[in-house]
Amino acid sequence: MCLGVPGKVIEIFDRDGIRMGTVDFGGIRRDACLEYAPEVEVGHFVVIHVGFAISVVDEAEAARSYALLAEMDNLENIDLPQDPDGVRPEAIG
Amino acid sequence: MKYLDEYRDDRVARSLLERIRAVTTGSWTIMEVCGGQTHTLIRQGIDQVLPAGIELVHGPGCPVCVTPVALIDEAISIAKRPDAIVCSFGDMLRVPGSSEDLFMARAAGGDVRVVYSPLDALEVARRNPDRTVVFFAVGFETTAPANAMAVRQAHRLGIENFALLVAHVLVPPAITAILVSPGNRVQGFLAPGHVCAIQGWREYEPIARDFHVPLVVTGFEPLDLLEGILMLVQQLEEGRTDVENQYVRAVVRDGNTAAQQVVQEVFETADRAWRGIGVIESSGLRLRPAYAHHDAEVLFPREDGPPASESEVCIAGQVLRGLAKPHHCPAFGTECTPEHPLGAPMVSTEGACAAYFLAGRVRQEAPA
Repeated sequence: MCLGVPGKVIEIFDRDGIRMGTVDFGGIRRDACLEYAPEVEVGHFVVIHVGFAISVVDEAEAARSYALLAEMDNLENIDLPQDPDGVRPEAIG
Repeated sequence: MKYLDEYRDDRVARSLLERIRAVTTGSWTIMEVCGGQTHTLIRQGIDQVLPAGIELVHGPGCPVCVTPVALIDEAISIAKRPDAIVCSFGDMLRVPGSSEDLFMARAAGGDVRVVYSPLDALEVARRNPDRTVVFFAVGFETTAPANAMAVRQAHRLGIENFALLVAHVLVPPAITAILVSPGNRVQGFLAPGHVCAIQGWREYEPIARDFHVPLVVTGFEPLDLLEGILMLVQQLEEGRTDVENQYVRAVVRDGNTAAQQVVQEVFETADRAWRGIGVIESSGLRLRPAYAHHDAEVLFPREDGPPASESEVCIAGQVLRGLAKPHHCPAFGTECTPEHPLGAPMVSTEGACAAYFLAGRVRQEAPA
């Protein structure tokens, strides 16, 4: 129920006195309420939950933290144990 | 899609997993509070590739699962009235009440409609001025601002035939209830990212301090969860009990203040019963008296009927408190399936039992 999906604001308008927008989710477009994202502008990414923007994606922070994650990616070719029976494998190393 | 696909990158996931293995020396029991996180962890099999010392237990963060039977019975009773329409998120329709569910009420002629947003329910009310439209307002802090806005709009636009049946619950009192329970084994929490997008994490700081447990605000994609687990295990290994934020792209410490203001205007804190757990003090929301004419419990007082009843086999209460795993239930996958659920966690897309069933987990004896 707390599902939130990131999408890009492509239009902002007023409906019945509240701030609404059209949000693009990888090609699918839906209207959403932007009252809780007063600072948002066209082109920004927002997290949408039940038709409401609950958060504006901090793109600079996202880029910085993802770069840190990807930098850790210096351990390639790790063999993960397969566990078809749903038994927890022992840790490697 | 941007901000989704990159957080599912397999190579980075393996690297994170390797780092978790490198830092883990002790045995740690971690609870992910939110059912959305449970589903990703189980679907991806993350619980099965963590070091043997790390056990994930699944928390009560499934609003559909913790909505009391009595309120579901109330929704069913309203749905059967010819002068009412019940609107709900789809998840609620199959959740068993005492003797039936909302689907059955619809099959029997009740007007039950699935909506995507509470504003859609408000639109149903506008188009049906001669009937009362009741939106089943189920959810945690994440959903409260949306429901508050729907009521505020109804009030502002003079749509008098719109009401909420409120079943709102709050995460911090539930975490506290778990920590004070005698059988508690949880040593650290992945705090729910979208609840914190609204509320921030100030409320979690006293919990970390008073109960000496670390919490990490965590997102919902596989890499978010692996990084959240890594941050939590690092704290546990170092003996730290801080509140940290993994989900930096969507959460700030103060949360969404615009949303908090509207929630405060429309709702007030109240004691709430949690299905399978019991009443937790100040653990939910109810409409403020100024909005009583939009409160379904005021408009349709509960009829005296047989008391709400539960399946005798189902162990949902223990599952929701992290005391048992879904596949330890004697009914798991046999008497109880998503098609024919005995308990709410087998129904919901956030329920732990449904997560285990859909991932093909098989029934096991509970450890002695």
